[in-house]
Parts: sequence; structure tokens; C-alpha cells
Amino acid sequence: MIAFRLLVLVCLLYVGMLFLVAFFVERRAARSGIGWLRSPLVYTLSLSIYCTAWTFYGAVGYAARSGLEFATIYLGPTLVFIGWWWFLRKLVRIGKSQRVTSIADLISSRYGKSNLLGVIVTVLAVVSAMPYIALQLQSVALSFGAFADAAPKGWAIEGPASTAFWVAVGLAVFTVLFGTRNLDANEQHQGVVTAIAVEAVVKLVALLAVGVFVVWFVADGPADIIARVNASQIAAWRLQPGRWIGLTFLAGAAVVSLPRMFQVMVVENGHERQLATASWAFPLYLFAMSLFVVPIAVVGLEMMPKGSNPDLFVLSLPLMLHQNGLAMLVFLGGFSSATSMVIMAAIALSTMVSNHVVMPVWLHFVAPRATLSGDVRRVVLLSRRIAIGAILAMGYGYYRFTGGGEALAAIGLISFAGAAQVLPAMVGGMFWRGATRAGAASGLLIGFTLWLYTLFLPSFGDTGLLSPAVMTQGLFGLAWLRPHALFGVDGLDPLLHALFWSIALNTLAFCAVSLMTFPSPVERLQGAQFVNAFERGPGAQGWSRGLAEAEDLLVMSQRILGPDAAQAFFGAQARAQGVEGLLPETTPEFVDRLERLLSGSVGAATAHAMISQIAGGAAVSVEDLMAVANETAQMMEYSSQLEAKSEELTRTARQLREANAKLTQLSLQKDAFLGQISHELRTPMTSIRAFSQILMGGGLPEADAARFAGIIQDESIRLTRLLDDLLDLSVLENGQVTLNETEVSLRTLIDRALVAAASGGLTIEREAGAEAVTLHTDADRLSQVFINLVSNARKYCDAARPRLKIAVRQRGAQVEVDFIDNGTGIPKDSQALIFEKFARLTDQSRAGGAGLGLAICREIMANLGGTIAYLPGQGGAAFRVSLPRRIARVA
Amino acid sequence: MAMRRALFLARRSYRLRRMMDAARLLPILGFMLFLMPILWGPATTDVRPTAFDAVYLFLVWPALILAAFAIARALAPVMGAEGAEAEAAEAGGRDGAPR
Repeated sequence: MIAFRLLVLVCLLYVGMLFLVAFFVERRAARSGIGWLRSPLVYTLSLSIYCTAWTFYGAVGYAARSGLEFATIYLGPTLVFIGWWWFLRKLVRIGKSQRVTSIADLISSRYGKSNLLGVIVTVLAVVSAMPYIALQLQSVALSFGAFADAAPKGWAIEGPASTAFWVAVGLAVFTVLFGTRNLDANEQHQGVVTAIAVEAVVKLVALLAVGVFVVWFVADGPADIIARVNASQIAAWRLQPGRWIGLTFLAGAAVVSLPRMFQVMVVENGHERQLATASWAFPLYLFAMSLFVVPIAVVGLEMMPKGSNPDLFVLSLPLMLHQNGLAMLVFLGGFSSATSMVIMAAIALSTMVSNHVVMPVWLHFVAPRATLSGDVRRVVLLSRRIAIGAILAMGYGYYRFTGGGEALAAIGLISFAGAAQVLPAMVGGMFWRGATRAGAASGLLIGFTLWLYTLFLPSFGDTGLLSPAVMTQGLFGLAWLRPHALFGVDGLDPLLHALFWSIALNTLAFCAVSLMTFPSPVERLQGAQFVNAFERGPGAQGWSRGLAEAEDLLVMSQRILGPDAAQAFFGAQARAQGVEGLLPETTPEFVDRLERLLSGSVGAATAHAMISQIAGGAAVSVEDLMAVANETAQMMEYSSQLEAKSEELTRTARQLREANAKLTQLSLQKDAFLGQISHELRTPMTSIRAFSQILMGGGLPEADAARFAGIIQDESIRLTRLLDDLLDLSVLENGQVTLNETEVSLRTLIDRALVAAASGGLTIEREAGAEAVTLHTDADRLSQVFINLVSNARKYCDAARPRLKIAVRQRGAQVEVDFIDNGTGIPKDSQALIFEKFARLTDQSRAGGAGLGLAICREIMANLGGTIAYLPGQGGAAFRVSLPRRIARVA
Repeated sequence: MAMRRALFLARRSYRLRRMMDAARLLPILGFMLFLMPILWGPATTDVRPTAFDAVYLFLVWPALILAAFAIARALAPVMGAEGAEAEAAEAGGRDGAPR
């Protein structure tokens, strides 16, 4: 028989071995990197802390009581893991890119670094872990008890409670030594994780060994087992669809929301490839753990005496069959299952407690008063050690309070249901950008309250906190508030009832409040980062971008280093950056240096944590983002301003260029005009001067004198006419002309023009009927145009028998008068020029004018509201005058 | 030659996409398979064919694991690249919050 002392000794040796493994691994990791430790195998094995003593002992008991239903606890996680591409991959990616340290950190980070949510999740996690830890203690106590039963004499234990107490104390010490031995930022508890991987192998081997022993040595192989199954009382189990689906869901939810699972799965994850392997290897592990559960249960039910605890079949079967070695292995397997769970849970929970409860409180109340250097490192470690002790004490308290009588699986499920309350906030936060902090908080609180009321508190039984009256008649005597029949729903078993109401109302509150509330900017940014996790590379966050305010960092540093040292450092850094005063730019280099400085005083991990977590650290990434967004917005605004300005400049420059070109052109025109004018004035002046000189010389025959005087007069008339024309043009061009409007017949006007223009040599063709149009216009000005056109025809028409056709047409309110002669017309390239001043196509002797006629015509027509244009293609020179029948009054 | 190469690559990434689809569909298939026992056993009789249920479950289960294994293997190239990124990012500076 195995003596109690031997059992204790084996336990201690085993723990010592684990400690050595952890120690060795951490040494190796520190010296030569972590290479093989990052292998997917270690990761997968560490995930096996899902299989606790509940699996190791409880699954068989569960199978003995409820048949195959035990498998749902492993089918749920199997589905979650083979569906890793949906959920786990994103969870791990988010965990890495946001540097999440716990599930409370995840929730708090997602909803705008809300410390409130961190606290809620922490409390929820701690409370829901209590039954689970109690379960481990109970299982170890039971396993000690099994040995005692097998060998009643020589055992010096007082009872399971005392065993549980000492186990709790031992585990607390063990976890403190293991989990809070160091606080180095670069070690992801590698030692612990490796030790847990070793434990995973031990428990798997132990369970498989028992299974093989039972199937092939006790029974006659698989066929025999199948026969025994159908014959046993297990075959009487009934599959309850509700429980089957509900438990599968619950287990799947628990595997992602249990704090310890989150710790090993997300926080301790090295890279995503580990997850790819775990996607099939972890289900395989679960499968292997479950494979022999039914055979062991069946054989146990057959062979063990009536009334023996089925939770202990794994251990009591080998003991009964005197397989002491196997029993010892099983004992160690069970011990491994319990210890690994407790260690990891305690580490995860104490991290949450210290990061989300103790440190904020300490920094808020204690640190401000500690003006000189306060040892944050000690505070963190101490708070964790105390938290570990407290968590185990609570677990033990739960165990004592509930009397340790329940089946292991029933206790575990209570825990699962509590942990699963995080699920809506977690999944919603990862896939729905509209999820808000208020929504998450209300969902969590409602779920937590309902879970407490319908499952956790009733689990204490008669000794518990809810009186039997409340249980049967409901709170305040309200029947619809009975804990096991909320709102009158009493058809479900308590677990399913609690699960249904808590998760349903949790989700409902989460969604409804999220829809109604408005998230803060930080929340929205974090939400976008979580939901769009795959649009960023993994691990992109760091000190690499802008940071928290320098002032905040200074305040924080003063708390740790003391004002003088902190100010000296900040001042020096500011000077090095060329900035006046105490606040340097928060460049990545500066923050790195600050972190190193802090780590010299309080340790690297704490320094990093101080900057990253406490000083708004997780918030750093967001504030940073907001700053970046701000900067970008400012840059964009600035650049758009610049763009607008440059556009304006371009526009102005173009206008200036155009104006300049116009001015140059005008200047040229003016020069040309002046040149023309001088030329036009000089020609008659020259002849006048020459002939007057001759006349002054005297002695001329009378006839010559008269002729010369005639020439002088002609030239002066021409000069006068030129000046009149110029004046006329100037008046017309400036629009200063006053129109003398009258009713006049077009025919009269044409008649007058023909007479005035002395159209003697021309044959005139007219359409008498068409000319019967009465115009309301300035008759004198219009006839001036007509005279000009007729005289032009007279002067320039080079046909042998010159002919002028005057055609009148009416187009609506417009009248068109065409003057078409039968000459050669005007060459095409000159057509554009003829209306310009001094434009004369032939030598001036023929014209006898200054070349202003058509220019004046154009100006007159413009003043009369009409136009004059050259009409090409009429077999000679043709001009069309078009004007309104009634002149429009312009202003 | 270039054409064939491009074709090969497109085909490969197409396969990869479909493998991701498979990875997404697998848990749904698994869920349905795990629900099958509900459909079989209307609890009219007291005795279920428990051994049959057990054998069924313990056959479907490894089949799913095998499928997950094949999918994870096929998706390994993608993960490899991402893993390398993650490692590179890690080399830059580990997360150091105390836990």
C-alpha cells in the first residue's frame, strides 16, 4: 500500500521537477532565445489546461451519470478550434496587435480603455473562477481520500477539508513562486507554460494508460466494451436536445472566455502559425482525453461497489485492482490537471486584479502622496501575490461552504456559465463596430447578476446565501423571481435555465444599449481597430508613433522617480531635442529612454506597464492614432489651403498675362493708329503747304492760281472730313452718341441714301414690296450706313457694268438689308479686316476716304442694336445690315 | 512561359481561397454532425443505442480533426508569412505589460 508520506513526497518531488523545468526553461530563454519553446506543440499542450481535474476525474463521473453528454464539454471547443479561421485567428491577431494582457484588458481596450469594464470583467472572472478552483481542490482531496479508503490504516489525515486546505496553501505558494517570480517584460511566462505542457503530457499519458488497462486488460477489447456499454446503466441515459446544444455552446463559449484559456491561447501565443497547428492538434488532444471515458465509466460501474463515487473511478479502479504504479501515475495525472489549472487561473486572475483594480487604485490614491521614489515593482508583485492567495482562499471557501458534495462536472458548469457572460461583449466587440461601452457594461452586469442569482448563489445549497423560501417562492415572495424558474419558465433544468436567461438578456441588453448610446472617439477608433484587425499587420503598435502627452509622462515619472530626478531627465532630453522648458517632444527615442530609466528604478516590466498601461498606456496607441488623425487632418487642411492659394496665384498670373497682352496689343494698335492718323493728316497737309507756297511765290497765271487754290480747298475739305470721321468714330466707340429715334420707312431711307451717295454709275436693283417696312430707329445714322455702303459699291465695284442689288428681308423682329454688287468682291483673308480702322484694300487715290467708313458703320450698327457683316459667296462684295425693327432701349 | 506561370499562381491562390472557405465551413459541418444524435433518438424507448452513438461520435470527431489538419496544412503558407511578420515585429520590442 502507498503510505501517505510517500504520496506527499511524490507530490513534492513532482512539483520540484516542474519547478526545475520552469527554471531551466527560463534560464535557457534568457540566454539563447526561445526557439523550440515557441513550437506549436508546446502551445497546443499548454492549451490543454482546458482539461482540468474536471476532465481527468469528473468526465468519467459525468459519463456514469449522464452518458454521452460529457462529450459536449469537448465537442464545443473542438468546433471553436476547427473553426479557428472565423474567430480564434482574429482574437489572437487582436491580442497581439493590441498587446492585450488578459481578457479584462481585451474588453476594456475594445471599449475605449474603460477601466470600469476592466473591473467588471475582473470581478466576474474572479467570482466565476471560485467554483472551478474549488473543484480542483475537491478533486485532489478526493484523490487523497481514495488512497485513504484503499488503505484505511496508517493515514494521518483528518478529512478531505483539511487536505483541501493544505493543497490550497501548497498551490498558492507554488503559484506565487512560479507566476510572480519575475516581472520581466520579455518573458511570457515561458517557464510556466512549458511546465504546463509537461503536465499536459502526464495527464494524457495517465488517462490513456488507465483506458488501455481497462479496455485490454480488464475487458476483452473494444468489442467487449461495446457490449458492456449497451448492457450497463449508462445505456439508460437520455439525450436531452436542449442540454446537448446548450452545453456544446457553453463549452465553446468557455474555451474562449475563461481567463486562463485566454491567457495561454492569446497572451502566451508566439505567432499565428501555432494556432494553425492547434486548430487540429488541440481537438485531437480533447479526443484522446475523451476516448476512454465511457469504457472506464462502464467498467467502473460494473466492478466498483454500489455507492462509490464515479468521479473517482479513474483512480479507484487501479487501486482496487492493486495496480499501485498505475494508481500513482493516475494520481499524478490528476494532480497535474488540478495544479496546472489553478496555477494558470491564478496567474491570469492576479494579472487582471493587479492591472485593473490594484494599480489604478494605487496610482490614484497612494502614488500621488509618495513624492519620492515609490517601488511600483514591489506593489505589482505584492498585489499579485496577495491576489493569488485571495483567489485560492476564495476557492477554498467555496469548497467549504458548498460542502464539497457536488459532482465535479456540475461545479465546473457553474463556472463555465459565469465565464461565458463575457462572450457577447467580446464577440460583439470583435465583429460589430457599433458595440459601445455602455452596451458592454449593461450586458455584462445583467448577465453577471442573473448568473449570480440563478446559478451561483443557489449552488451553495441550503447552507447558502439564498434561503429556501427564496428558492421556492421567489425574491420578495414574487413567484416570477424564483431563481430556478425566472419569469415562470420552470421547464428547464437549472443550468440551462440560468444559461438561457443570463446569455439571452445579456445579449439583449448589450445590443439594445449599444444601439441607443453613442460611443466616444476613442471607443470608435478602438472598435475600428478591433473589427478591422486584419487590415493592419500584426504587432504594429508600439512606441513607434506619436505618444501620450509629455506632461502626463512627466507627472507619472515624478511619482516614480521623484520630482528632481524626473525633471532633470526631462529637461536634459528637451535640451537634447532643442526644445525650451521641461517638456520634450514625445518621440519614440525619448519614450524608449524614459522606459529604460524607469526600468532602472522599478524594473523593466513595470516601467513598460507604467507607460503602456497606467499612464494611459493602452490608451497610448489610440491617442497616438487620434493625434495622427489630427495631424493628417491639419496637413490636409493646410495643403488644401496651399492649393487654393496657389490656384489663386495661378489665376491672377494668368489674368495679369492676359491684361499685359491686351495692353501690348492696345499699345501696338494705338501706335499703328497714330501712324495712320499722322499719315492721313500729312498727305493733305503736304499738298496744302506745297500749293500755298507756290501761291505765295506769286507770278502765276490766273488759271493756275485758281486751280491750285481749288486743290488746297479740296485737301482741306478732305482733312476736315477725316477729322469729322475720327471724332464721329470716337463718339460712337465710347457709346456717348445720343440717338435721335423716329418712325421712318425703310424705302425712304434707301432712297435718301441712293441720292446722297450719287449712285449715278450704278444700276440699282430694288424690291419695292419688301422695302415697305417701318422702322423705329435713328434715321440719320442708319442712312449714314446705307450711304457708306452704296458709295463703297460705287467706288470699288470693278465690273464693266456695275450693278447693286438691295434686298430686304424680315426675320421676326429683325430686318435684314443686303447690299450686293457684281464686282470681284473682297478676298477671303481680307474679309476680317475690312471693318477695322484705316483698313483699305486698294490704294487710297481710288477711295478718296480715310478708310474709316466701315469702321464707323460697324459702330453705328452696334449702337442701333444691330450688326453689319460681310456676306461671302454672293458673286461680288456683299454686306448685310441687320437691325431690330424697333430699337431696344438700353438703359 | 510567363503565361503558364501566371496561370499556375492564380490557380494556387484560388485553391488557397477555397481552402479558407473550407476552414470557415468546417465548424458548421461539425456542428451539424454533432447534432445528429438528437435526430436519431426520440426518447420513446428507455434504452438508447448508446454504444452506437458513442461509436458514431468517436468516428465523426477524428474525421473532423483530420479535415482540420488538412486545411491547416494547406493554409500553412499564408500563416507562415504572417508568422514571420509577427516574429519580426516581436524582435522589435515585445509586449511587456506585466501579467
